[in-house]
Amino acid sequence: MTSQFQAMLDGLTRLRGVRGALVVSLEDGLVVAESVMGGLKGGALAAIGATLAGRAVELSGRGGFGRPRFLHLQGDDGALLVAPGHDLALVALAGRDVPIGMLRLEMLRTAERLG
Amino acid sequence: MRAVEPWVVAPLRAFVAESSARLALLMTSSGQVVAQHGFVGALDLMSVAALGAGIVASSSELAVTVGWEPFRVVAHQGKEQAHFLAWFDTPRGRWIALVVFGSETKLGLVRVFFEQLVEDLAAAAPPEEEPRREVLAADFERELNASLRALFGR
Repeated sequence: MTSQFQAMLDGLTRLRGVRGALVVSLEDGLVVAESVMGGLKGGALAAIGATLAGRAVELSGRGGFGRPRFLHLQGDDGALLVAPGHDLALVALAGRDVPIGMLRLEMLRTAERLG
Repeated sequence: MRAVEPWVVAPLRAFVAESSARLALLMTSSGQVVAQHGFVGALDLMSVAALGAGIVASSSELAVTVGWEPFRVVAHQGKEQAHFLAWFDTPRGRWIALVVFGSETKLGLVRVFFEQLVEDLAAAAPPEEEPRREVLAADFERELNASLRALFGR
C-alpha cells in the first residue's frame, strides 16, 4: 500500500516547483508516505496539513457547506496545499511562482485515488 | 505551571501553548518530577510520574529483549484524550515527558513541538555548578517537601 502512495507522491513532486508531497493520517497528523526535498521536515508538514484540514472540516461543517475538497494557504514564499479525504489527506508544499492550477488538478485526481 | 528547576519553565510553557497539551509533566528517568503543567493534586502527580517512568522502563526492556533499540515514544490513543510519553537526553541526564492531549490537537503536532522542546531545554540548561552528590535518607524527606512546594506552591 505504501509503495502505491509513493508512486502517487512521486507523480506530484515531478511537477515544477513542488518541494514535497505527503499522504497524512487526518486522525493523528502523522506521515503515512512522503516524498520531500532535503531540509523539509515531513513530520511538521504532515501535522500542520492535518490540523489545517481538521479545522476546515469543522468550520465547513458548522457553516453547512459540505466537506472541503481543497485548501490553499498562500504565503509570501510558497503555498501549502491540502486535499482532504475521509481518513487520509494529500499535502503538498509548493515554492513561489508555481502554476498552482496544474498542481491543484493533479492533487484532486490523486486524492480521489486515496479514497 | 510549576517547576523544581526554574530554567525549565519557559521551554515547557512554550511547548504547552503551541501543542495545546492539557497536562504536561517532565520527570527524571526514575520518576522524580522536574516540572508540571495542569496537575492539581500532589498524589495524582506522583502516581502519574511513577507510572510513566515505569511504562518507559518496561517498554524499553521489552524492546531490548527482542533485540530492538529502546522505544523513544509510547503513545496511548484514547477516545477522549491521548497520552504521549517519550524519553530524551538532556545536559542533566535522561528525562521523560508525559503529555496528555485531547481532540483540540493531534499526535503529529505534539511530536513536532516535543522535538522543539528537547532542543529548547538543551539550549536553556545552565552548566552544573557542583558535582552530583549522593542522596542521603535524612535529606530525602526535606527535598521531597521542597519539591512539592515548588510544584504546587504550598
